[in-house]
Amino acid sequence: MSRSLPLFGFLLLVALFGFGIWWNTRHDPNEVPSPLINKPAPAFVLPLLDDPAQTVSKAGLLGKPYLLNVFASWCFACGEEHPTLMAEGSQLGVMLIGYDYKDAPDDAKNWLREHGNPYRMVVADRPGRTAIDFGVYGAPESFLIDAKGVIRYKHIGPITPEVIAKELKPAIAALQKESP
Amino acid sequence: MTPELGQLALILALLLALAQGVLPLIGAWRGNRALMATARPAAAGQAVFVAIAFGILVWAFVHFDFSVRYVADNSNLALPWYYRVAAVWGAHEGSLLLWILILNAWTVALAAFSHKLPEVFAARVLAVMGLVAVGFLVFILFTSDPFGRLLPMPVDGADLNPVLQDPGMTFHPPVLYMGYVGFSVAFAFSIAGLLGAEMEQAWVRWARPWTNAAWGFLTAGIVAGSWWAYAELGWGGWWFWDPVENASFMPWLVGLALIHAQAVTEKRGSLRAWTILLSIFAFSLSLLGTFLVRSGVLTSVHAFAADPRRGVFILAFLTIVVGGSLLLYALRAPKVAGGKPFNVLSRETVLLIGNLLFAVASAMVLLGTLFPLIGDALNLGKISVGPPYFGFLFPLLMLPVVLLMPFGPYLRWGKGEAAPLKGLLLRITVAAVACAIIAAFFVDGRLKAAVGVAAAVWIAAGTLLFAYKRWREAPRGRRYPAELAGMLLAHLGMAVFVAGVLLSETLSVTSDVRMAPGQVQHIGGYDFRFDGAHRTTGPNWTADQGVVVVTRDGNKVGTMLPQKRTYLRGQVQTESAIDAGFSRDLYVALGEPMNAGNIQGAWSLRLYYKPFIRWIWGGGLLMMLGGFTAAADKRFRIKRSADEVARTDGLLAQEARA
Repeated sequence: MSRSLPLFGFLLLVALFGFGIWWNTRHDPNEVPSPLINKPAPAFVLPLLDDPAQTVSKAGLLGKPYLLNVFASWCFACGEEHPTLMAEGSQLGVMLIGYDYKDAPDDAKNWLREHGNPYRMVVADRPGRTAIDFGVYGAPESFLIDAKGVIRYKHIGPITPEVIAKELKPAIAALQKESP
Repeated sequence: MTPELGQLALILALLLALAQGVLPLIGAWRGNRALMATARPAAAGQAVFVAIAFGILVWAFVHFDFSVRYVADNSNLALPWYYRVAAVWGAHEGSLLLWILILNAWTVALAAFSHKLPEVFAARVLAVMGLVAVGFLVFILFTSDPFGRLLPMPVDGADLNPVLQDPGMTFHPPVLYMGYVGFSVAFAFSIAGLLGAEMEQAWVRWARPWTNAAWGFLTAGIVAGSWWAYAELGWGGWWFWDPVENASFMPWLVGLALIHAQAVTEKRGSLRAWTILLSIFAFSLSLLGTFLVRSGVLTSVHAFAADPRRGVFILAFLTIVVGGSLLLYALRAPKVAGGKPFNVLSRETVLLIGNLLFAVASAMVLLGTLFPLIGDALNLGKISVGPPYFGFLFPLLMLPVVLLMPFGPYLRWGKGEAAPLKGLLLRITVAAVACAIIAAFFVDGRLKAAVGVAAAVWIAAGTLLFAYKRWREAPRGRRYPAELAGMLLAHLGMAVFVAGVLLSETLSVTSDVRMAPGQVQHIGGYDFRFDGAHRTTGPNWTADQGVVVVTRDGNKVGTMLPQKRTYLRGQVQTESAIDAGFSRDLYVALGEPMNAGNIQGAWSLRLYYKPFIRWIWGGGLLMMLGGFTAAADKRFRIKRSADEVARTDGLLAQEARA
C-alpha cells in the first residue's frame, strides 16, 4: 500500500493541473481581481498631508465618487504615472484624491512641488495601516469609489493613458449612469 | 526547401526513437539478442537526424530565412550573429528542439559507455531513453513545429525578446537542460531496474557519475539564471521564488537528495527503494519544470507561451511517464529493506535525515508554487504565497542540514563513534562563535549577518578539518579520490553560498534617487557622482547612457555606465552597470528622465551597494565543480566481470526457453 502512495499523490497533482488548464482557457490569467471590488471601502480616518490637524474620513467623502490614487515619493513607478495624472487627472469627471503611502511628509511635499500636484487633496498614511485594510500591494494603485462608498474598480500599477481610455473611463461612465 | 528537410529529419528521428524505445524492450523480454542490439544504432541514427534538424534551424537563423515563422518571430536583420544563434532557443519551439538534442547527446554518450553493462540491462536503459525521446518528438511535431512557414515572407523579422539578449541568458537554457535531461539517465536506470525486478548495487554505482554530472549542470544553469536576473532585471535581486525559478530548483533539491541516497545504496545496499523513488522524482520534476514553463498553467515573468493545446499534451505525457513509472514502482519496488544494517549513530542516518529534509523542502516549494492554482481550484480567489512563505520555511528546513553537514563525513558507515564527534563539535563551535563575534563588530551587530558568518564558518571548518584528517591519516596518493574531493568542494561551496546570502541580504544598501548632473550620493562608503546622460547606439538598439563616477575617500573606483535601451521594436530594457568585486558589488540602474522646473538633465537612478553578493554565485560554482569532480571518479567505471556475462547468458537461455 505504502508503495502506491506516490502514485496517488501524483494523480492528485494531475487532476490539479488538468483543472488549471481548463481554468486558464476560461479566464484571463493576468487579471488580479481585488476581493474588495463591489464591496464597501474600509472605513478610514486619515490626516491631510498639508495640514495634519485636519482629517478626512470615508463618511465625510460620501455623496460623490472619487478616485483614490496610492502614491509615494520613494516609489519609482509613481514617477512614471505622474505625468499622466497631471495631464488627464482633471478631466476624469471624478475627484482625484492622493493617498500618500508610507512616506515622510516632507519628502512627499517636495515631490509634489517638483512634479506638480494633480490631486484635489492628499491624505497621508505614514504607518500604512489603513492601506492594509485596502489590500494595497504596493504603490501605485488606484481605487474608484462611488458615492455610496463602494469600491467599483481597482488598478494595480501605473495608470497610463491607455488604462484611462479602456478601463477607467468606462468604469466612471457606469457610475455616472447610475446616479443622475 | 531546407526547412521542410528539417521537418523530415524530425519525422525520421521519431521513427528511430520508436524503434529504440520498443524493439530492445521486446528483445530483453523475449531474450532476443538481435532486437536488443538495435538500441545503439537506433540511438545514433536518431541523434544524427535531430542534429540535422537543429543545424537547419541554426542555419535559417544565421541566414535570415524569415519565411520560417519561428525565425521571423525571434530575430531580425540587425540582431548580431551570436544572439541569432542563441535565438534558436529563445522561444518555445526552438528550446524544445534543444531539449531533444541534449537528450540525444546524453543517450549517445550512454550508448557509447554502456558496453560493460549486462546486455539486457543496457537494452532496457536505452529503450527507456528512446521512449522519453518519442514523447518529446511527438510533442514538437504535432504542437510546436519550429519549421512552420510564414507566407508571404516578411522583409524583416520581429525581435528576440530583449530580456534574453544577454550573455547569461545565452548559456542559461542549454546548461539548465543538460541538468534536466541528465536526470533521465538515473531515471532510465531505475525503470530498467524495476522492469527487471532487480536493483543491483553495481548498477547504482554506474548511474552515480551521470547523476552527479547532471546535478552539476543543473547547478550551473541555476547560477547562470540567477546571475541573469540580477544583471538584467534591474531589481538587484538574485532569487525571486518565481514559479519558473522554482521549477528548476525542485529537481535540484531532489537531485541533491538523490546524489546522497545513491551513495548510500551503492556503498551499503540500503535505501534502494528510496533511491529508485528519488530518481523517478528528479526526472519527473524536470518534466514538470518544462510543463510549468511551457503550458501557461502558472503565470510568471518568464512565461513564454500560453497555449492550452500544448498544456494538455504535456499533461498527458507527464501522466504517462510519471504515472507509469510510479505504477511500476508500486508493483515492483524492492519489497524488503535490503543492504547492511546501520545504527542510529552512523553516516547512513545523517544522510537519510538530510535526504528527508531535501525532499520535504522540495515538496514545500512545490506546494508554494502550485498554491495559486489550488486557490483557483478551491475558489479562494487569486492567492500568491510569494517570498514571505518561502523565505520563512526554506531556511527553517535547511537549518538542520547546515548543522548536520560537518558531521556526515566524520561518521562511519554502519556504526559511528561518538568520541571524535565531540572533538569536532567543540572545535567548530569555537571557530563559528569566535568568527561571529569578530564579524559582529564589522556588521554593526546585525544578528542575521553574524549568524551567516557563524553558519558559513561552521560548515567550512568542519569540511576543512575533515580534509586535514584525511591528509594525516590516509596514505599518500589515496588521500583525496575524486569522489571525496568533489564532496569537499561542494560542501565548501555551501559555506561560501550561505555567507554570501546572509551577508548580502543584511548589509545591502539601496537608494532610489533623483539626481541632477553633478549631484553626489553617498552609499555604503562610496560616493556616486552623476555626470548626466547621453545617447548611444548599439547594433540593434539606441540607449540613454548615464555616466556615474564612483569614488571612495576621494580615490576613483570606476566609471559606471548604466543604460536604458530601446530596441528596434520599441521594447525598453534597462542594462544595469555593475562594478563587481570580491567583497562587494556596486550596482547602478538608470530610471526615468526627471526634468522639473529649471533643473535640466536630471534622472531617477537606483543605486545599490551589495556586499558579498558574488559569493552566492561563487558558492554555486563550487558546488557545480564538486558535482563534476565527483562524477570523474575512476571507481565508477565498472568492469564487466566474467560472472555477470555468464549470468546474462543464463538469463537469456532461461527466457528463450520460456
